[in-house]
Amino acid sequence: MTSTAFLQYCLTGISIGGIYALIAIGYTMVYGILRLINFAHGDIFMMAAYFMIFAMVDFALPWYVSIILVLTATVVLGVVIEKVAYKPLRSAPRMSIMISAIGVSYLLQNLATYLFSALPKGYPTIAFLTKTIRIGTLSTSVVTFITPILTLAFVFILIQLINHTKMGMAMRAVSKDFETSQLMGIKINRVISFTFVIGCFLAAVGSILYFTPRPSVYPLAGSLPGLKCFIAAVFGGIGSIPGAVLGGFLIGLSETFIKAAGYSEFSDVFTFILLIVVLLFKPTGLFGEKITEKV
Amino acid sequence: MTNILEIKNLVVSYGGIEAVKGIDMTVPEGEIVTLIGANGAGKSTTLKSIAGLVKPKEASIQFKGQELVGKTPDFIVSQGITLVPEGRRVFPNLTVLENLKIGAYLRKDNLKSDLDYVFSLFPRLLEREWQMAGTLSGGEQQMLAVGRALMSKPKLIMMDEPSLGLAPLVVKDIFNIIQTINGEGITVLLIEQNANMALKIAHKAYVIETGKITMEGTGAELLANEEIKEAYLGKTK
Repeated sequence: MTSTAFLQYCLTGISIGGIYALIAIGYTMVYGILRLINFAHGDIFMMAAYFMIFAMVDFALPWYVSIILVLTATVVLGVVIEKVAYKPLRSAPRMSIMISAIGVSYLLQNLATYLFSALPKGYPTIAFLTKTIRIGTLSTSVVTFITPILTLAFVFILIQLINHTKMGMAMRAVSKDFETSQLMGIKINRVISFTFVIGCFLAAVGSILYFTPRPSVYPLAGSLPGLKCFIAAVFGGIGSIPGAVLGGFLIGLSETFIKAAGYSEFSDVFTFILLIVVLLFKPTGLFGEKITEKV
Repeated sequence: MTNILEIKNLVVSYGGIEAVKGIDMTVPEGEIVTLIGANGAGKSTTLKSIAGLVKPKEASIQFKGQELVGKTPDFIVSQGITLVPEGRRVFPNLTVLENLKIGAYLRKDNLKSDLDYVFSLFPRLLEREWQMAGTLSGGEQQMLAVGRALMSKPKLIMMDEPSLGLAPLVVKDIFNIIQTINGEGITVLLIEQNANMALKIAHKAYVIETGKITMEGTGAELLANEEIKEAYLGKTK
């Protein structure tokens, strides 16, 4: 492998890793607050892609309006799902809400199949994002180049928000103790909704970045990326935002290099083996918290 | 003296089992009222009903003449009622300062003077301002839990077993603090298994047994009562 090729793969890997990181944050944050693996998260990511097709292809809106619409619609979808499918199960056993999440996942996949058919639909081209740029000897598209930058920017803003705002403080409190949070006067449903707003917003950003260089969308398009990002979150330590980000980048990079080495079919196998290995040897992941609380 | 809190016929059931079976209680403004009783008698359930965490089957709970039943916990906090929960329940992943700030979650005014007041009550907390609350000792966590409750500027502070699991010296501190807080004009409703300490500082006391009030009187009256001595104070006749 030449050094140019190596750098090229690094850039690709970091770029796809950034997208995984954005989606993995959604898994990890919802888990942090509700102790729920939101299995529908990958499908929300897929729906965001269909929203883009609606906006740009069906309504022929300019890309900047479309992006705002996609972000808004995805956030609304996520919040509605939480209200309808998860909130009524707040005091139910955790298994029930998990099963509800799996149900929502299948519901979205089948709804998309019913509404848009199972055939792949062409994803619109956002001209300035798909332009090719050259950095030294590397040539890449704008989207590949800006993805990791955008990811890091969003992660930075998110961490500031969580550590230095009142809402962030409430989120950290609610993630530890619902009942005591309520005693402080925190409206926990509002905090939970806000968590879904952030998760879905980042999933929508991820969706735009992920599908822009890809030709088409189909109803199951969110399923595999969703699972990989879930693994990224577990790998980093579910509940931890830096963990999810690191997990996303690591999975993106390793996947790209395995493909580069000529084992394309094996790359997803690797990701799932990674999941098993993590669960066997370090179930709390890289940054996962060990439960040591004073009684 | 006016009653700041009046509870009439409080009935609470968990999945068909009645934990509280029709309690009547009044808390006079500015006093320390204690509710003593054994484990599972319904003490915590009573406090949680007042705080809005538990929905009573039937009841009238009036705070300064306003009905609280059916109201959300955040509304009840905003009216000036706060609960220091059993087991302290500080947020272990928040710093000491953040724990205090979150106690004032609904307030929009400046917290500086109230923070200073809490730190003057508990100088130890000031030393540990930037420490994660999870790293504090049990006694410090209890101080933090009380300080956090004070940050909401309560008119009524309810405390659920503040002495639980603490060293005798620390328990003494906590009871001193309770009296200091009360001296500032804050009404206190205190639940204790440590009946001896609680009755000594209480103006008024209730005894609860299996969900019912079985006795009431001033703290001194109950301290002198033979039955109480035997059942709760560990003294033989």
